[in-house]
Amino acid sequence: MKGSPVPTGEGSPGASVATSTSPGLRPPTRRGTELVMLAFAAGIVTLALILVELNQERSLSLRILWLGLAYLGLFACAHLAVRRWAPYADPAILPCVALLNGLGLVVIHRIDLALEGAPSADGTTVWDPVAFKQVIWTAIGLVLFAATLKFLSDHRTLARFGYTFGLIGLVALMLPGVLPGFIAPEINGAKIWLRIGPLSIQPGEFAKVLLMVFFAAFLVSKRDLFTIAGRRFLGMDLPRARDLGPLFAAWGVAVAVMVLQKDLGSSLLFFGIVLVLLYVATERAAWVVLGIGLFSGGAIIAWKLFTHVQQRVANWQDPIGRYDVFGGGYQISQSLFGLATGGIGGAGLGAGRPEMIPERNTDFIAAVIGEELGFVGLAAVLLIYMVLALRGLRGAISVRDSFGKLLGGGLAFALCFQVFIIVGGVTNLIPMTGITAPFLSYGGSSLLANYILIALLLRISAAARAPQKAPKPKPQQPAIADQHTVMVERPK
Amino acid sequence: MNTPLRRVGMAMMVMIVLLLGNATWVQVINADEWRKNSLNRRVLLDEYARKRGLITVADGTVIADVKETTDRLRYLRVYNNGPVYAQVAGYLSVTYGTSGMERVENDLLNGSDDRLLARRVSALITGRDPVGGNVQLTLDAKVQQVAYDQLTAKGFTGSVVAMKPGTGEILAMVSTPSYDPNRLASHDSNEQQAAWKALTAPDNGNPLINRATQGLYPPGSTYKVVVAAAALADGKNKDAQYTAAGTINLPGTSNAPFPNFNGQPCGPGQTVSMETALAKSCNTAFGEMAGQVGKSKLTTQSNKFGFNNDDLRVPLAVETSSLGAIPDEAALYQSGIGQRDVRVTPLQNAMVAATIANGGKRMQPYLVSKILGPDLKSIEDTKPDDVDTAMSSANAGVLRDMMIQSEVNTGGEGRLSNIQVASKTGTAEVGGSSEESRNKAPHAWYIAFAPAQKPEIAIAVIVENGGDRGLGATGGKVAAPIGRAVMNAYLVGR
Repeated sequence: MKGSPVPTGEGSPGASVATSTSPGLRPPTRRGTELVMLAFAAGIVTLALILVELNQERSLSLRILWLGLAYLGLFACAHLAVRRWAPYADPAILPCVALLNGLGLVVIHRIDLALEGAPSADGTTVWDPVAFKQVIWTAIGLVLFAATLKFLSDHRTLARFGYTFGLIGLVALMLPGVLPGFIAPEINGAKIWLRIGPLSIQPGEFAKVLLMVFFAAFLVSKRDLFTIAGRRFLGMDLPRARDLGPLFAAWGVAVAVMVLQKDLGSSLLFFGIVLVLLYVATERAAWVVLGIGLFSGGAIIAWKLFTHVQQRVANWQDPIGRYDVFGGGYQISQSLFGLATGGIGGAGLGAGRPEMIPERNTDFIAAVIGEELGFVGLAAVLLIYMVLALRGLRGAISVRDSFGKLLGGGLAFALCFQVFIIVGGVTNLIPMTGITAPFLSYGGSSLLANYILIALLLRISAAARAPQKAPKPKPQQPAIADQHTVMVERPK
Repeated sequence: MNTPLRRVGMAMMVMIVLLLGNATWVQVINADEWRKNSLNRRVLLDEYARKRGLITVADGTVIADVKETTDRLRYLRVYNNGPVYAQVAGYLSVTYGTSGMERVENDLLNGSDDRLLARRVSALITGRDPVGGNVQLTLDAKVQQVAYDQLTAKGFTGSVVAMKPGTGEILAMVSTPSYDPNRLASHDSNEQQAAWKALTAPDNGNPLINRATQGLYPPGSTYKVVVAAAALADGKNKDAQYTAAGTINLPGTSNAPFPNFNGQPCGPGQTVSMETALAKSCNTAFGEMAGQVGKSKLTTQSNKFGFNNDDLRVPLAVETSSLGAIPDEAALYQSGIGQRDVRVTPLQNAMVAATIANGGKRMQPYLVSKILGPDLKSIEDTKPDDVDTAMSSANAGVLRDMMIQSEVNTGGEGRLSNIQVASKTGTAEVGGSSEESRNKAPHAWYIAFAPAQKPEIAIAVIVENGGDRGLGATGGKVAAPIGRAVMNAYLVGR
């Protein structure tokens, strides 16, 4: 890293290694920057809301004020939580999330307006506005976010509970697939929900984060095992057969998810995350090649065996041609029609026809944004995601401990990969697989899980930027390969 | 670990760039394909939200109007006197799209045409709703009405096309059976579906088709005027002599008879003049005439009248009239009397009559006289366009005189008392073999123009399958009275 050993004044030598600020001064927290950017995001979101109201020819009612104020208040609280519990966190991450979440709220509200009075699919005319519910979910998400920051003062604590998290995550991931239909109903072809009373939750969203913690902890503790080379093949060092265990286990889980829950998106997301974690931990591309080979094999077999996989692929190849087929290209076609009609500049917020796009406020919300805000708006949203993921990755790169690097890298990649899978599906770049667009889509589970994810990223970035409290006992740091054993050791 | 992390960062950027690239493809480069897809109802709904332009006929009578509604589609298309104009004006249906003028002038009517750009911009600035431009047709309300009444009075299936020979303006274009486009334009989707189902039922005579431009029929004896024109161009005159035999064998065959109507000889002698042969519509003489002229010159002459024109737009698209392959001499004889594989649209046959009437100059037929902005100011006037010289004016005069004789020889009712008419009838056999054709009622044709010396209207009339006369139908008995009534409506009382 940036070694500038000029220890003078009161600053410790370690601090100058950790941060790029000049020694002797506390590095700036940049919380002021965050606040300004949050205010900017709030401005954009409020403007978007007003546009929707104007385009829908509604008077600016009190309800709007409610939504706007709720939004401002929530993120002001989130900002205060960061200021208090993670003062050195990356200043760009929270504003990006706030902008995405706010835009999502506006679009969900806009879709509510479009559906008012229109008959729903089952012929009833019950209007069920969900924007307010999403505000509540946002509030709960931010509470979780703040709680995570408060109670997790050091992300390395998580590594201690790696196996516990792994077990809970695995159970959560598999639960809807194995439970009977009355508690885990099949909705839109996917069996990924748990219904408890009036609540529907998607445990897979939380499993995503839990399993990432597990894999990061596991890989850091067993890291040297994976770097032992097996045979050389085609210029690559293949891992030894016995070390392939975790990869095969992950592959098995991914296939099980694909088969039992018919959830191609989660399966792909999960497997992609494991691959990236393996690659980062071992620094060896062989894992990626091997993993992609395994997944492709599994996917081809699934494609041969299961009609729901075949349908997705056929719909991807020719959405318009399969427009009238049951389970065919209708959804993708409508999405493409919306996107194409939006064109470069879009129809304008509130001036499009999102009611024609199916699953408009969950999986296909990117299509609504593309229709109303045009290519310009969609590109902006994608770039916000990119900034968000890259800032998360930046924290992972500059944090000192391996577990933090691995977890941060995995979380950032997960966010970006999820965006790729869903937006790629909506724009027909890849076959459509139903997962949510982080922070945009309506849905509590996704929002809560992603707020925890963001809290972890902020925690890691805070660790990366904060000055170290106490000087480390010199002269010698342990060799980097041994470092992890110190980290995961339970304190006396 | 930082190197692989940086590579993961690269991978993330690649993913976002891929998404951006694909979004560019979907929303910008290839957007038109999906935007204009007929399954994409957004564009249609947007069009409905705009006040669509009107379609009027020559005297300003509105045939396609708009009415404001309170439902989701803000404007309802209303067709006045719908069935009379149905195939020309077409329909505008949320479910079934558009046809006719509604289709070909859609951009103008819905206001998206580039010629309305300035007005759109001003509407944007002033905050008024943009509105479409108007289309004024060349149709003459009275002629159109008479033509429609004549065809429908006896329940005929057929078509009438009337043109102004000097300009190519289409005065009437009727196709029956017709339908009421208002049902398809309804905002009630059940009503639309019921109407569509009825209109497309197999035993309903296919009313949606515009027989004037899309119906291809054997022209029968009406084609003899084209053969005569070819012979005149080839240096023959009206006194050129041809066989008068009642029946001849087709060339190259020993036992394939080629008879006159009822097998009657054309005259007392061995031969007969071209003039008499046309007046009496003798098949044997015209078979021989076609044989002498030859395939090449006959094709050239036909093309000069407008055959084999693949992209004729009036601006409704017109099916291509053609002679067929004519593989041998026998086929050439049969083609000479408008049978075998010769196929023409009623519009094409009206063009033949109009071209002769216009001294051999073929005018481009057209239906739109002008397009008007929403403020009723003219944006574009159609100018008459003479596209080809089919005949010398001398030969056209000779042919006109022969057609006057033909009219004199033609029976049927409704002869015009004070107006001289030049005409040719046709009784086109339907079906391939003669066995088949004897059991199927023939199509009755009548092409004509009047007044013969100073033509103001040229027409083509076809009544499918004998009309009300069945096997005994002839062009003179069934089609001629309709044609005469239509010409009379235009010429008398003006």
